[in-house]
Amino acid sequence: MDLAVLWAFLIAFAVVAYVILDGFDLGTGILFPLLGRHENRDVAMNSVAPIWDGNETWLILGGGGLFAVFPLAYAIIMPAIYAPIIAMLLGLIFRGVAFEYRFKTVRGRWMWDASFFLGSFVAAFCQGVALGALVQGIEVEGRAYAGGWWDWLTPFTMMTGVAVVVGYTLLGATWLVMKTEGEVHDLARRYAYFFGVSTLVAIAVVSAWMPFEQAEFYIRWFTLPQFFYVAWVPLLVALAAFSLFQALWSGKHHRPFLSALALFLLCFVGLGINFYPHIIPPDVTIWQAAAPESSLKFLLVGAAVLIPVILAYTAFAYWIFRGKVREGEGYH
Amino acid sequence: MFEGFDPVNLARFQFAFTVSFHIIFPAFTIGLASYLAVLEGLWLATGKPVYMDTFKYWVKIFAVSFGMGVVSGIVMSYQFGTNWSVFSDKTGPVLGPLMGYEVLSAFFLEAGFLGIMLFGQKRVGNGLHFFATLVVAVGTLFSAFWILSVNSWMHTPQGFSIAPYVPIETAPWVADTVASGTSVLPDAPTGGQFVPEDWWAIVFNPSFPYRFVHMVLAAYLTTAFVVGGVGAFHLLRNRYNQSARTMFSMALWMATIVAPIQIFAGDQHGLNTLEYQPAKLAAMEGHFETNVDGPMGLTIFGIPNMETAEVDYEVKLPYLGSLILTHSWDGEIKGLKEFPRDEWPNSTVVFWTFRVMVAIGFAMLGIGLWSLFKRFRGSLYDSEWLQRAMIAMSPAGFIAVLCGWVTTEMGRQPYTVYGLLRTAESHSPIGAPAVGASLVAFIIVYFLLFGAGTFYILRLMGKAPTPFEDETPHHPTRAAGITPAPSLEGRRAPDPAE
Ligand code: HDD
Ligand code: HEM
Ligand code: HEM
Repeated sequence: MDLAVLWAFLIAFAVVAYVILDGFDLGTGILFPLLGRHENRDVAMNSVAPIWDGNETWLILGGGGLFAVFPLAYAIIMPAIYAPIIAMLLGLIFRGVAFEYRFKTVRGRWMWDASFFLGSFVAAFCQGVALGALVQGIEVEGRAYAGGWWDWLTPFTMMTGVAVVVGYTLLGATWLVMKTEGEVHDLARRYAYFFGVSTLVAIAVVSAWMPFEQAEFYIRWFTLPQFFYVAWVPLLVALAAFSLFQALWSGKHHRPFLSALALFLLCFVGLGINFYPHIIPPDVTIWQAAAPESSLKFLLVGAAVLIPVILAYTAFAYWIFRGKVREGEGYH
Repeated sequence: MFEGFDPVNLARFQFAFTVSFHIIFPAFTIGLASYLAVLEGLWLATGKPVYMDTFKYWVKIFAVSFGMGVVSGIVMSYQFGTNWSVFSDKTGPVLGPLMGYEVLSAFFLEAGFLGIMLFGQKRVGNGLHFFATLVVAVGTLFSAFWILSVNSWMHTPQGFSIAPYVPIETAPWVADTVASGTSVLPDAPTGGQFVPEDWWAIVFNPSFPYRFVHMVLAAYLTTAFVVGGVGAFHLLRNRYNQSARTMFSMALWMATIVAPIQIFAGDQHGLNTLEYQPAKLAAMEGHFETNVDGPMGLTIFGIPNMETAEVDYEVKLPYLGSLILTHSWDGEIKGLKEFPRDEWPNSTVVFWTFRVMVAIGFAMLGIGLWSLFKRFRGSLYDSEWLQRAMIAMSPAGFIAVLCGWVTTEMGRQPYTVYGLLRTAESHSPIGAPAVGASLVAFIIVYFLLFGAGTFYILRLMGKAPTPFEDETPHHPTRAAGITPAPSLEGRRAPDPAE
């Protein structure tokens, strides 16, 4: 396999890792207003407090990695989705500071509750919009973005925005099912049904819509024999959905979360099928965007050694904080 | 809104604003992380509770400022793409991998162990907890290493070649791709990019060692003055607060030892600048004319006037300029007029930011010497004037850091990659309204949120440090012949905010 393709997989891996890891903690934030007593919210927040920073680091790796190994893609995509990116960054600031500030005040707590919720919501929505903008295609001229400043704003991107919000909320709800007990757990389980159904609807709508955004996508999904190579994706989605609801119904604690993760992974695979070998469809391929070989090699050495190490200590940190989070825990 | 503005200037201002906010937090957390590791290590080694008390006092403050550092940092890493896309495309192959290493070797490390450091004390043993604290401290230093390598390369670039520029649509291989149906690629890069040739030369570029040492020392000094200031504040209220004494004394040792080293490092940094960026140095000194006819003086006051190319209200000390910069009595230094007019950095600003930084450096040295004197007299904790001075100096590190960076960065103008890529050519195809609107949004959000954070930090600092381990009774310590302070026996008062 050549280096550019290898790196495309590594960047995709970073993005998936980001989406599912920060997905559940952003989702927890989106559920925040629905959790009732503030003690419940304490528990929800403490279930992600020790790990959120690590989760968000995958976003930096996604962006930074793009800058390093596909600089042309980074240089074209960022201006193309300027407004959603800025809004996402601001959202991440609002929710990031809430982790500490919320425990520093009683009178002002509502403010940081609101900031946590809104920040998570806006960040999730903007990520969905950014994804939609990439899917619908970006205009390129020379080595630069050539579209307008509002190109990202279309019905399709609004739909993908909603889809990501709903999906993250499902991840958050199932995370809380796994990590909490008592009142929060019961509430989360109820929301998980609702957001489970909404997520499936969103997946269906986006999947049906996407092939009409670019001709290439249509060919991949709706013509024979292509269809037979890819038909397993929707089948597995159905299976994951079944597993999700069955697990919720039968009172399982871990499986709902794992099923929701599987749903996300499958959606991502579906996207990958659409995109490959482009990094910015329809114009720019992985190879065109790739940095010179010396850059790809230099960073690959580090990635090959460090990513396994990172995965190991991240797993270790999750393991240390395993088990249910109880009321009154936390260091504050 | 913003129609009449130049998008490049707005983007510059946005970069300067967001990075100035960002640097405040790392400058503090780099130092504080090391300080916390030292405290915990001392606690493990000596078993003295005062070290753990002090650790617990600062770790909360650390958590808040680290959080702010993280969120403001994420903004930085996306800003290269949003506002400086041409810069990103061209320098990405060189700078991207360095930042990639920063993420892989520093950010993940910090983030992975921060949770354990903050929340894990009950879940892991003392040894592992100390290990987590150490790892976080090392992570902040790695972080500084890589980002300063990036920044230094932009000042003193080397170890690369420049690829020819061929636009995508007209590239011959695109036509081949269309004709053959499979992707045909050129043998060598064609993007007009900087192509890395020698990574060692890139990472260890000529200004990097100086900048790294100077910045890390700056972070240590900044933290020392904050810690010392807080210690002093509580000593003024209760001279026997054990923890406040520890902070005060440790901070002053740091000032005494590190301030002179920092001045030396700064001087060396300046010599390096003279060698590689002589125009910047001339601007820092307000030196317009080359001193062909004798030694260069040192301007200690004046307002460099960019219009007339003269220094208004100049006060000059003879010989010193040559002495400091060339280490000889009459060394010659190139003046700004030797450089093309459109390559002059703004001397009015950098002249002053540089002087403020240097003045703060000497003031820090002064405090260090003063405390040394008091220490030998055995009255370190009794000198209220020293304590007041320490409180007054507690924000000094931040001011020096900001001034230093403004000097460095404005002195590099009009280039982003010195001598090779102009700032005006680095900018994204984004109009003034978009850059302006996002700038306004950042300004509002930063002032609101980081203002709130600063308020919470100050409130934490306002509380006197008290023994935490309430189960193990603390025996009041006796300072020679003085009755124990009441507060040492007092339990921790319930805190209305908790
Ligand atoms: C506590 C902070 C602090 C203190 C007390 C000093 N500095 Fe500094 N200085 C910095 C913090 C700093 C900095 C923020 O860390 C900078 C900005 C970029 C860099 O690498 O370091 C810097 C840059 C900087 C530069 C610019 C180099 C360039 O980019 O070309 C010079 C020449 C000096 N310093 C020299 C000094 C001297 C002679 C000092 C003592 C009297 C001094 N600094 C004290
Ligand atoms: C180490 C990482 C840093 C990098 C990679 C970096 C890079 C840049 C870039 C790309 C610009 C915009 C282009 C330009 O105007 O030259 C800039 C401008 C600027 N930066 Fe930095 N910077 C860094 C650190 C800092 C810090 C910590 C400060 C703190 C004050 C700072 C202050 C400024 C200022 C004042 C400008 C505007 C200069 C001007 O346009 O006149 N920089 N920097
Ligand atoms: C343009 C320049 C910069 C960029 C793109 C940048 C990027 C970032 C990012 C993304 C983070 C968050 C990491 C996390 O999630 O843990 C961060 C934090 C950090 N940065 Fe920066 N940074 C820049 C300038 C600097 C400078 C000049 C320094 C100091 C020398 C610095 C030192 C640190 C440190 C120590 C942290 C750890 C968090 C903290 O202590 O607050 N950065 N930076």
